[in-house]
Amino acid sequence: MSRCLVLAEVIDGALAAVTAEAVGAAVALGDEVVLAVAAADPDALVAAASFTGVTEIVTVAVGGSDRDHDLAKQIAAAVIADVAPDVVVAPFTIRSTSFGPALAHSLDLALVADAVALQRDEDGALTAIRSIYAGRVHAEVTFPTDRPVLALVRPSVWVPADVGSPVASRSLAVDVEPSKVRALDLVRPSGDVDLTRADVIFSIGRGVGSQENIAAFADVAERLGVALAASRPVVDAGWLPAVHQVGQTGVTVKPRLYVAFGISGALHHLAGMQNSKTILAVNTDGDAPIFGYADLGAVADVHEVVEQLQSLI
Amino acid sequence: MKVAVCVKQALEVSRYLEFTADGTRVDPAFVTTMVNEADLSAVEEALALVESAGDGEVVLFSAGEDGADEALRVALALGPQRAVRVWADGLALDDARTVGAALAQAIAAEAPDLVLCGVQSADTGQQSTGPVIAAAWGVPWVPVAHGLSLSGSTLTLHRDFEAGVTETVEVHLPAVVTIQVGANVPRYGTFKDKMRAKKADIPVVEPVGLPAPRMVVTRLTAAPGGSGRSLEMIKGGPADVAARIIALVREAN
Ligand SMILES: Cc1cc2nc3c(=O)[nH]c(=O)nc-3n(C[C@H](O)[C@H](O)[C@H](O)COP(=O)(O)OP(=O)(O)OC[C@H]3O[C@@H](n4cnc5c(N)ncnc54)[C@H](O)[C@@H]3O)c2cc1C
Repeated sequence: MSRCLVLAEVIDGALAAVTAEAVGAAVALGDEVVLAVAAADPDALVAAASFTGVTEIVTVAVGGSDRDHDLAKQIAAAVIADVAPDVVVAPFTIRSTSFGPALAHSLDLALVADAVALQRDEDGALTAIRSIYAGRVHAEVTFPTDRPVLALVRPSVWVPADVGSPVASRSLAVDVEPSKVRALDLVRPSGDVDLTRADVIFSIGRGVGSQENIAAFADVAERLGVALAASRPVVDAGWLPAVHQVGQTGVTVKPRLYVAFGISGALHHLAGMQNSKTILAVNTDGDAPIFGYADLGAVADVHEVVEQLQSLI
Repeated sequence: MKVAVCVKQALEVSRYLEFTADGTRVDPAFVTTMVNEADLSAVEEALALVESAGDGEVVLFSAGEDGADEALRVALALGPQRAVRVWADGLALDDARTVGAALAQAIAAEAPDLVLCGVQSADTGQQSTGPVIAAAWGVPWVPVAHGLSLSGSTLTLHRDFEAGVTETVEVHLPAVVTIQVGANVPRYGTFKDKMRAKKADIPVVEPVGLPAPRMVVTRLTAAPGGSGRSLEMIKGGPADVAARIIALVREAN
């Protein structure tokens, strides 16, 4: 039987939900699954990390931040040396992607980033699928050498593993060199907007064209009593404050209705809104990827639509 | 100071598409190319850093066949001094490890102070090239970054995490940084730069001694529709779309 090592994602000292999905991916391969948990106080996380299907938990006490990718890489390398897995699974998140590819180089692991499926073929060899070209194409990939594989798996694809009865854990002492990246300051989002509570969200993207054009959307949103959100470029351009941003590096929302005005539907935006109950997309490009994720669509100019909204309310 | 920037010709494919006979590429008839968006922001960041340092040069690198020259010329038109293409017959461009190792060889030969890459390529989105280059070249790196400023050999910058968390970090050069999409607004080059870019001589550097690719693409297929939702297109003009939106809002609110 092959051995699969899952690298838990720890955020602010707590186990992140994507860890359960990465374990789900590993368990589905039918391998022996070892879960590595590195945190300031990893023993406190063992109960939450006792997923069904995990045979052993290896804990590593870390003396630094869980955002430090230099430390994360050193710790992962030590755990891999200790566990000797055939496959290493971690979530395709900013934390794991920060060290994963560098780790793959240093340990000569085969690397597949952003995998949406993992399988074993008739001979038991690992294969994977990547979703590329704005989700339009699936690429089947194989690993022709006998090097272990590091698979970074896309969030929200695998069914998360359930927490079951306590799993045996052991601690591994890892000597790390001081990180070469020094953290100075941390800013968490703040503001008086809470998109997560909104029943209806109007979200505007780069398709609105300019800051002046936002007024009309803000106006209809206010008059209809719905929240105003945005894709990242709108925030980057300074047209709206960061608390309005939906997506991987913004807020994750699940409203009853999400209306996307001039948003293309990039993976990072979808990550923040794809679980909305109803999604309506307005876009001049009938070929825009967002239509693949919407219940209702209109190939229309957002300016004409917002004008009509203003005159209808 | 010398800043190296990696750029890539990214592909965009149409919704309806066909594949090449061997099934591992999208038929070029269904492909358009453009310079990867985040890479142009990396070029802008590099030019701004060299400007504020007072002197230095920006050198572009791209791994790929002849077509990569196109991306290099577009990026050269913003103002970088030189461009280098990295290529050897059969170089396995699907494997981020191979690409990163090949670029690292060419970059190391130039001994820059800083290497910038786009955070990811828009077409295949692995977010891996920058970190692999750093490991292969043996220097520290900072991913998903913006707002770079340099004081002596200390680089201060912001890096993004999920859920709107941003950390300010410091790293000593030489280092590799991947630049977040939208980190800045890339400049339009001057007319002179554009003319120079057109005529620029782009040498090809051949990487040697790379290991066999550890990951290969065996087959491409059209992806099954995104999300399992079934799409209804709203009929009529903007007024009908607006009326439908209002009806849905009233239902949901
Ligand atoms: C690590 C990382 C994290 C990221 N995090 C986030 C995140 O949290 N949130 C986020 O949103 N993005 C995020 N991004 C950026 C993401 O990849 C995309 O670049 C971004 O979502 C694109 O925003 P957009 O759809 O508004 O713009 P574009 O992709 O430029 O799309 C604009 C759309 O508007 C349409 N359009 C243009 N004019 C009109 C008109 N008049 N009427 C109607 N439609 C029109 C166009 O057809 C196009 O489809 C992240 C990227 C990375 C690498």
